[in-house]
Amino acid sequence: MNPVPARITATLAVLVAAALVLAERQGTAPLQPLLGALTGVLVIAAAIARAGICRDRRNLRLALRDGRSTAPAAPVAGSRTVAGTVLILGGVIVALLTLQASLGISFWALLLLGAGGMVLWSQTSEAARTGAGGAPSGWQRLLGRRADHPNGAADRMIVASGIGLVVLGALVALSSLGALDATRTSVLQLIVALAAVLVVVAPFWLRLSRRAARERAERIRGDERAEVAAHLHDSVLQTLALIQRRGDDPREVAALARRQERELRLWLSGRSERPDVELMAALRAAAAAVEIEQAVEIEVVTSGEWPLDDRAAALLGAAREAMANAARHGGVDRVAVFAEVADGRIEVFVRDRGGGFDLDAVPTDRRGVRESIVGRMRRAGGHATISSSPGSGTEVELSLEIRS
Amino acid sequence: MTSHPTVVLVDDHALFRSGVRTEIEGADDAGARATVVGEAGDVDEAVRLILDREPDVVLLDVHMPGGGGAEILRRVHETRPGQRFLALSVSDEPEDVIRLIRAGARGYVTKTISGDELTAAIHTVHAGDAVFSPRLAGFVLDAFAGRSSGEITVTADPELDQLTDREREVLRLIARGYMYKEIARRLTISPKTVEHHVSAVLRKLQLSNRHELTRWATERRLVD
Repeated sequence: MNPVPARITATLAVLVAAALVLAERQGTAPLQPLLGALTGVLVIAAAIARAGICRDRRNLRLALRDGRSTAPAAPVAGSRTVAGTVLILGGVIVALLTLQASLGISFWALLLLGAGGMVLWSQTSEAARTGAGGAPSGWQRLLGRRADHPNGAADRMIVASGIGLVVLGALVALSSLGALDATRTSVLQLIVALAAVLVVVAPFWLRLSRRAARERAERIRGDERAEVAAHLHDSVLQTLALIQRRGDDPREVAALARRQERELRLWLSGRSERPDVELMAALRAAAAAVEIEQAVEIEVVTSGEWPLDDRAAALLGAAREAMANAARHGGVDRVAVFAEVADGRIEVFVRDRGGGFDLDAVPTDRRGVRESIVGRMRRAGGHATISSSPGSGTEVELSLEIRS
Repeated sequence: MTSHPTVVLVDDHALFRSGVRTEIEGADDAGARATVVGEAGDVDEAVRLILDREPDVVLLDVHMPGGGGAEILRRVHETRPGQRFLALSVSDEPEDVIRLIRAGARGYVTKTISGDELTAAIHTVHAGDAVFSPRLAGFVLDAFAGRSSGEITVTADPELDQLTDREREVLRLIARGYMYKEIARRLTISPKTVEHHVSAVLRKLQLSNRHELTRWATERRLVD
């Protein structure tokens, strides 16, 4: 939702409220209820617009976290929403003051009633919008609820506090009207009547809400199953069919199986890899690519993560070259890669247990490649070390200083 | 110590069990072989079998119906606390791995390893040492750096919560794919010392507690 309507409605609310105050001062009585009602409507509209902004911001955050790169339809600026909030709050306060003046109900009572109402409203609308897995609202974060651990106790506390505010507000309102003593009996009668109604209505209401919850759970399960089926169909079934056809080439079959296993494992874990943004994810992707190109097995072990800036990209390039080199010249089936972010450094080790080579007696083509790795790292402000000896294989060590 | 450890296989995948059996009983190097004295496909059967046969090593699948490998570990250790377990898993999830180590497994290998590596791992556990794959070493480094996505809670003992520099060095070399002998040579210490460090790390992993961080930290990074 566009943030502009929020500002406009909030401004209008304040103006109308100011007009109301003036009107009251001048004693033009018939205008007051109308202006009061108008203020109320405008404030509510501004609050709705603000809620829309909140929702958009949260959706944006969720999108970033899930790695979706599509930009939101309407960019949301933080400063505008702050201004809008201030205007709305101002409008609300002025409106309540005028209501107090015209109806004689205490300002605090109205504030309590309003706050309680807003809390309850935010609770129900939050639940309706996000369902089981949504990101927590500000209230819920305040109470320590996390997105994927829906905390029933926190929700119940919020609802209870909302109801408490409303009741408190009503009591204060009644007492400020001087009607508390006189209406005590009638209030009790009212409470009894309400209780009777609740007892009658509650079971039906419970059944309805339970059925709604059940149906929603069913629907979610159905959706999930469809998603799993689609994913398996697109990936695993294809691979299994390929494997059946290429059964006579065990290396290719092993490679296919390995690739599919890795992909399925990643999908099952629910993690989202962002190889265009994160170094370790990019390293894994590069290893997967080299595995296919060179028909080797590359095991990547990582510790930590780092954003893929220019220097990290250079490190990635050097690592990829080292991997391809190990695969090509190592004469082995396996290459081991370890990457770690620690102690103000990123370090990547690419190791193979191949024949190894005498570092001094290196043929010219390999020397060129080696220079490329060393040179690339130097230009990025890091360095590369290659150690090798016949019999114990080769290890390329790449390191880059980072400011943590 | 016998050079032919007796092994019980616990895995709900019968096909996998028979494959492993063939590999470890028929290893090319006669000295590397092991004797399978029993197989089990579910938790109750496994506990009964282990307590009955008293094998040297139990090969234990992480994901078993009825509570998983962790449940078997717990129940067996109530009666037979010295029983050694080597965890076997398709899963590569840090939580699964670390959970089982903390439950008392002496090591962890993935199901894709070769027969040779499997028999070597069985012998290592039988000898009383820990099996640390490069991947496990990576998880442990992450966990103690506070980056584990697993669940580890808090304790007041700073010694348990940290790795010593030496331990971290050894772990990093393991993660880089070095064997214990190679590590010993590189750090100019004895292989026994290397194994000692690895066992110390395993014990810390089993006893230590640290904050659950990653999920919450991710959200915070996004929110703040």
